[in-house]
Amino acid sequence: MLVGTLVVLLVAGPLLPRWAMFMLNVSLSWGTVVLGMMLLMRTGLVSFGQGLYYCLGAYAAGTLHHFYGIADILLMLLASLVLAGAGAFVLGFLLAKYRDIFFAMLSLAFSMILFGLLVKTSALGSTDGFGLSAKTLAGIPLGDWERNALYCTTVVVAFCAAFGIHRYLSSHQGRLAGAIRDNELRVEYMGASVRRVIHVNYVISAALSVVGGGLVGITIGHVDPEMAFWTTSGEFVFIAILAGTGSVLAPFLGATIFETVRSFAYEYSPNTWQLILGVTMLLVIMFLPGGLWSVFTRKRAA
Amino acid sequence: MNQFLAIVIDGVIYSSWLFIIAVGLTLIYGVMKILNVAHGSLYALGAYAATAFGGYWLAQGYPPMGSYGMLVLAAIFVGLVAGPLIERGLLRLVYGKEEVVLVLVTYAVFLILEDLTKLAFGVDPLSIPEPYGLLGSFEIGELMYPTYSLVLVLLSGFVAIALTLILGRTRQGKVLQAVIHDREMAAGVGINVSRVYLITFTVGVMLAALGGALTAPTISVQPGIAAEVIVLAFAVVVIGGLGSLGGAALGAVIVGMVRAWAVHKWPEVELFSVYAVMALVLIMRPKGLFAAPEARKI
Repeated sequence: MLVGTLVVLLVAGPLLPRWAMFMLNVSLSWGTVVLGMMLLMRTGLVSFGQGLYYCLGAYAAGTLHHFYGIADILLMLLASLVLAGAGAFVLGFLLAKYRDIFFAMLSLAFSMILFGLLVKTSALGSTDGFGLSAKTLAGIPLGDWERNALYCTTVVVAFCAAFGIHRYLSSHQGRLAGAIRDNELRVEYMGASVRRVIHVNYVISAALSVVGGGLVGITIGHVDPEMAFWTTSGEFVFIAILAGTGSVLAPFLGATIFETVRSFAYEYSPNTWQLILGVTMLLVIMFLPGGLWSVFTRKRAA
Repeated sequence: MNQFLAIVIDGVIYSSWLFIIAVGLTLIYGVMKILNVAHGSLYALGAYAATAFGGYWLAQGYPPMGSYGMLVLAAIFVGLVAGPLIERGLLRLVYGKEEVVLVLVTYAVFLILEDLTKLAFGVDPLSIPEPYGLLGSFEIGELMYPTYSLVLVLLSGFVAIALTLILGRTRQGKVLQAVIHDREMAAGVGINVSRVYLITFTVGVMLAALGGALTAPTISVQPGIAAEVIVLAFAVVVIGGLGSLGGAALGAVIVGMVRAWAVHKWPEVELFSVYAVMALVLIMRPKGLFAAPEARKI
């Protein structure tokens, strides 16, 4: 199923009109971020600070282009991955001790720190941010093919992420995530280190957010501090809730629905967009706790 | 020396403001264990209602001093309408779920209220500057301060004392403490917990709206203020310890002083400093400064 989706997306994408490909590109990048969110939720943690890594990824890519003139998609992604991976590894030591709303609050504090820093850093464009673009992919100049190449990179990255997480979740360590959500103490009794699992999952989710952020930055061609503001993280939370944590494909489905509805809502009714979000979220929490994905699985079970 | 004085005074003014916007949040969490993300929207609603009520009052040509009454009236109005509506209509249905789920529910309310305010009041900035200028200003040394800020400080102190007295000295307060301590036992001895929740939430909403209504004269009221205020309020209550009244006061003072210091000495870190303190306190004392230790439950 995964491979089929990959092929369809790769072939169909460039045939789509430009706007649709752009939208799909952003959706898949967001999906990658939400995939990280999903991994945390499986562990029983809700982060209101995923924007920290999303923003870091975008800024790392942007800074490379802006200050060092490097505009290679892979290099940009790699740089952001290294930077934020290191950051997440350090912060993970702290955050792995926190649960529930305290995890949410501390992660929120960290992302707001980044927001506060970026807003006041005039070298990085303060509140306006700055523009960026990609010119090469692994050293090959792209020319007019920039959009298509970027799209294909995104599809491949999203595919690898989904497949990787799928494998991870069925591994020994991955299965511990759900166990921790159910009963942390028992996991400890059985001899597994809860803190280590959370730490590892946190770093993975940060890595996914970073890559997603980098891709969004390059796709949109602009980065600004708003990406680290808590409302951005809130949107990731929203998509994760909407989609559910049932499958690694759910985040991508959720992100695509989210992006599509948002694009049209901005066009036709900009002042009721959040109203729709809020009502949808309440409905999902009340009547569909497993998210949209649970509709599929429920049918199959019946 | 003069700068030190300026920092302290600015800090006191900012702290008082922070306390008013944050105290409702900590009250609701303390009693209901709900971290109300919509608190910021209710603050915004209060601010919008203040421009509507106050604007109407002034447009009618009534004595301008009465506009202060209208600010308070606006807050009470928002509390009485939005409080029961949200508590009875929605929160009642989700009690007993995990705290994180409750955060998500109130986040949904936040999103809904954001747009409802836009629909009701439009997206253009509104303002009601009259009450701010009306009282003139006073001097401390060579520094000039608007008297309105003094009123804010006094009012904030009044709210703090009133809440402390109500909680500690009245029958209603004792009932509330019983509910905080053990909800089921409280219900067992005949306390109407559902009513306590309703009243607490309404009062919390009123305090949020009061914060907004009192801030309205000093800012331009526009979309986006809710999102800014709620994270500040989070910082304040998390530093002090969620659910603790004294904690909220301490948190407000810490954040207020740090920010005032940053504004004067190192303006680049102004915004950043607040969250840096929040992260630091959470790292040192994961549950905030005033939180009581909790037994580990299996």
